[in-house]
Amino acid sequence: MSEPKTENAGKPIIEIVDMHKWYGEFHVLSDINLAVKPQERIVICGPSGSGKSTMIRCINRLEEHQKGRIIVDGVELTKDIKNIEKVRAEVGMVFQHFNLFPHLTILDNLTLGPIWVRKTPKKEAEETAMMYLEKVHIAEQAKKFPGQLSGGQQQRVAIARSLCMSPKVMLFDEPTSALDPEMIKEVLDVMIDLAQEGMTMLVVTHEMGFAKSVADRVMFMDEGQIVEQNKPHDFFDNPQHERTKLFLSQIL
Amino acid sequence: MGNESFSAGREVLKPPVTQVGVVGWLRKNLFNNWYNSLLTLLVLYGLWATVPPLINWAFIDSLWDSSSAACRDIDGACWSIIPQNISFILFGFFPHGEQWRPITAIILLLSLVFYSKNKKHWKRSLAVYWLVGLIVMGVLMRGGIFGMELVETAQWSGLPLTLMLSLFGMVCAYPLGIVLALGRRSRLPAIKSLCVVYIELIRGVPLISLLFMSSVMFPLFLPEGMTIDKILRAQVALILFTAAYIAEVVRGGLQAIPKGQYEAADSLGLNYGKSMRFIILPQALKIVIPPSVGILIGAFKDTSLVVIIALYDVLKTTQVTLSNPKWMGFSTEAYIFLAMLYFICCLGMSSYSRKLEKELHTGR
Amino acid sequence: MPEKAATNSTDTALHVPFWRDPTKRGIVFQVFALLLVGGVGYYLFSNTQANLARQNIATGFNFLGKEAAFEIGESLIPYSAADTYAKALLVGALNTIKVAFIGIIITTILGTIIGIARLSKNWLVSKLSGGFIELMQNIPVLLQLFFWYALFYEAFPSPRQALHPMPGVFLCNRGLVLTVPEAHPAHAAMFWALLIALGLGWGIARWARKRQERTGQLFPAIRVGLALCLLLPALVWLGYGAPSALDVPVLSGFNFKGGLTLSPEFAALLLGLILYTSAFVAEIVRAGIQSVSHGQVEAAMAIGLRPGSVLRLVILPQATRVIIPPLTSQMLNLTKNSSLAVAIGFPDFVAVTNTTINQTGQAIEGVALIMAVYLIFSLSTSAFMNWYNKKMALVER
Repeated sequence: MSEPKTENAGKPIIEIVDMHKWYGEFHVLSDINLAVKPQERIVICGPSGSGKSTMIRCINRLEEHQKGRIIVDGVELTKDIKNIEKVRAEVGMVFQHFNLFPHLTILDNLTLGPIWVRKTPKKEAEETAMMYLEKVHIAEQAKKFPGQLSGGQQQRVAIARSLCMSPKVMLFDEPTSALDPEMIKEVLDVMIDLAQEGMTMLVVTHEMGFAKSVADRVMFMDEGQIVEQNKPHDFFDNPQHERTKLFLSQIL
Repeated sequence: MGNESFSAGREVLKPPVTQVGVVGWLRKNLFNNWYNSLLTLLVLYGLWATVPPLINWAFIDSLWDSSSAACRDIDGACWSIIPQNISFILFGFFPHGEQWRPITAIILLLSLVFYSKNKKHWKRSLAVYWLVGLIVMGVLMRGGIFGMELVETAQWSGLPLTLMLSLFGMVCAYPLGIVLALGRRSRLPAIKSLCVVYIELIRGVPLISLLFMSSVMFPLFLPEGMTIDKILRAQVALILFTAAYIAEVVRGGLQAIPKGQYEAADSLGLNYGKSMRFIILPQALKIVIPPSVGILIGAFKDTSLVVIIALYDVLKTTQVTLSNPKWMGFSTEAYIFLAMLYFICCLGMSSYSRKLEKELHTGR
Repeated sequence: MPEKAATNSTDTALHVPFWRDPTKRGIVFQVFALLLVGGVGYYLFSNTQANLARQNIATGFNFLGKEAAFEIGESLIPYSAADTYAKALLVGALNTIKVAFIGIIITTILGTIIGIARLSKNWLVSKLSGGFIELMQNIPVLLQLFFWYALFYEAFPSPRQALHPMPGVFLCNRGLVLTVPEAHPAHAAMFWALLIALGLGWGIARWARKRQERTGQLFPAIRVGLALCLLLPALVWLGYGAPSALDVPVLSGFNFKGGLTLSPEFAALLLGLILYTSAFVAEIVRAGIQSVSHGQVEAAMAIGLRPGSVLRLVILPQATRVIIPPLTSQMLNLTKNSSLAVAIGFPDFVAVTNTTINQTGQAIEGVALIMAVYLIFSLSTSAFMNWYNKKMALVER
């Protein structure tokens, strides 16, 4: 197993140990072992149905695992609601279909979490929100509603919404798959900025250009298992498994 | 962990026992937390307190085909009222010896309905089959030719009347509803106002007021000497009522057609009539099939209101049976039977409509 | 080199024959339609006049001032057969409003509960509520009314052997007899206390919201408000010496004396309407809640919101938008269906008007009155719905 870029070795911020998940009788994730160091950027790829989305959704308990352990920032994910809430506040998630709240303005979308979960006063929450909106280059739309924005703009707002909670880890579930081609770049640029500022990121995506330029590790999953992972250079130039080779030949 | 071979020697792990099988299902669906467990126990207790006595009354202590005297001796349900009176409940005043005719007509109707359910049969020929079928049914019911005894429409009662009122109501109301919907969307103010007034007026009043209106006012509308059949009055009221609701549903369908379709039809040079006939209406009507079935179900249920103006639909014939001193006091059993009849018919229609909706949705 | 311009509609008097000019055609068509409708209307009208004259039926609304000469079984205001038709109609209208008002409140609550139960993860609860919904929706409402009414006069025993399902509640063929608290001045005071509590609760909610905006701290305003609504009336009740006298129905002779009796007609009508309409309301509530895409619920949870907050801040605001329009339709349907009271003998507006028609023979005026009254209900409900829809529409591109 290769070592990640070492700016900050130390205790992993996410640990998945011997994790298994079943949907009924169907074994959707098996034998998942993963240790994510702080500030590490991991890109996860694989064919559809391989379980990659399911795996990252287990990290913030949007899905439940039946066997094994998941530990996020020292807190173990169990049925305990308090632990789940603690983890969710520290882990931000960006969805394929944005999932902005259409009945709230952009600004209200961003301040919802800080006000109701972190109990931030409204003014402070709004200032933080405007700061992140500036960061994703969309501050002028603050008073508009999601229905008035394009897909690319909505996804950038979604990223800013997660950042307002000051998470330690950001999960991206195919963030550009639902976007028109001309909007993919604007979202990827925001994600690259984020990576360069040192955010720990797990990104499920097909955008291999992003993986090559930003990732510390690229991971290939198939049929619920982690087949192969490596530094991007080694992963793309020297895949070890047949399945990885097949997948890469199909998408590159 | 990363580069080991895994394809062949992969261990097949089974999910934890508490997650699958019967135990898993129970845990997930009935007892997944304390709140649900409590709820399940409460519901089970409620069922235990009510279901066994009901089963006792309905099935164990009950009589299914006996005389009315025997029925009075028992505590349970007297279902005998149904088999003993079935021909009156279902066919009312239709002459007893000729009841094969309404039975045949109903069988013909049901065959047409089941034939129409299959989407493959939705062609021009289907409309022809229905037209022919309706004429044959009319002839069967009325008689007077082929050696069948003449039966006036006044004697058509029970189930045939219910079916006729709903079917004819729907069939005649549909074209009227389409005209009203088109009129409501018209840019000509007079046409639009007339249609809006009609639709809002009819939808704003209860059906019973229209039935009253038809039964007492229609005779007044006619010149001296002309009379109008009681059933026809009710039928006209039902048609006028249903047409307003169909108009709103069709209007929704017309609104759902993208503006581009109207523009394309115009740019082809089609006039209003042709563009409606070939482009717009076929699409709009396809969209509104599911809600239209809903209106048909409503029309079927609403025919029961003719009881109030003393027409002998299947609800009234049941009540007449109950007013017979021999069978007085068994209203519960009779109404439950009737409810099951309506339930089966309406449930069949609404399941079909839901299935259609799914199919049409995935087709788009 | 500029070409000669094509025909310009402003500078040539291009003569379009009127039968090809759309505007003129439109006018002709409308005139034709109006003449047709007017002509038919006139024909019907003159026939009616002739027939009425022949049958010696009066016209006009003078009958309203005449003596009614019939009794009405239930009335919210004092009424006797010596009162005018106008008063009788008023009694009928008040009865309709009574049924509609109580019916709508209970139906909304019951329908919401059943709709939420339909979505429950508990299999038993979900299937039972689903079964209830299917059953009630597919049986005609009139049949349901007849069924409940028949239970009263056939299945339920006489007062002497009345069914006693709960302490203080009796079911017999004279109706549903309930124990109610005895009238006491404390009740009025408790009502005012409740109003004050509501006002206080609203004020506290405002203060709590401002405080949250300033400092971020949460205050359980809803719980405090509810507690006030319970506490203040309770304190008033204690203050009056805790009057707990109950008006218990007591069997005296052949009937119950005291307590509150709901006639079989009223009870059957209310029960039938509530059960029938709540099935439709349940489906509306279920569809409204399901209309909020699951992705948003996940996004809200991913931010760390608790289920209660997710419900309050994300699901309900959007579900309510989808629920309110069809819900108001159902309330209107309940009001219109209450007209079926005439079939089971409850003296609602339609029933009283029907009796009036039978006595005076003035069918046209009677039916016109019925339609007018219900139209007022419907049109005001439509206006409200249009206003609500405009106000709540989601802003889109």
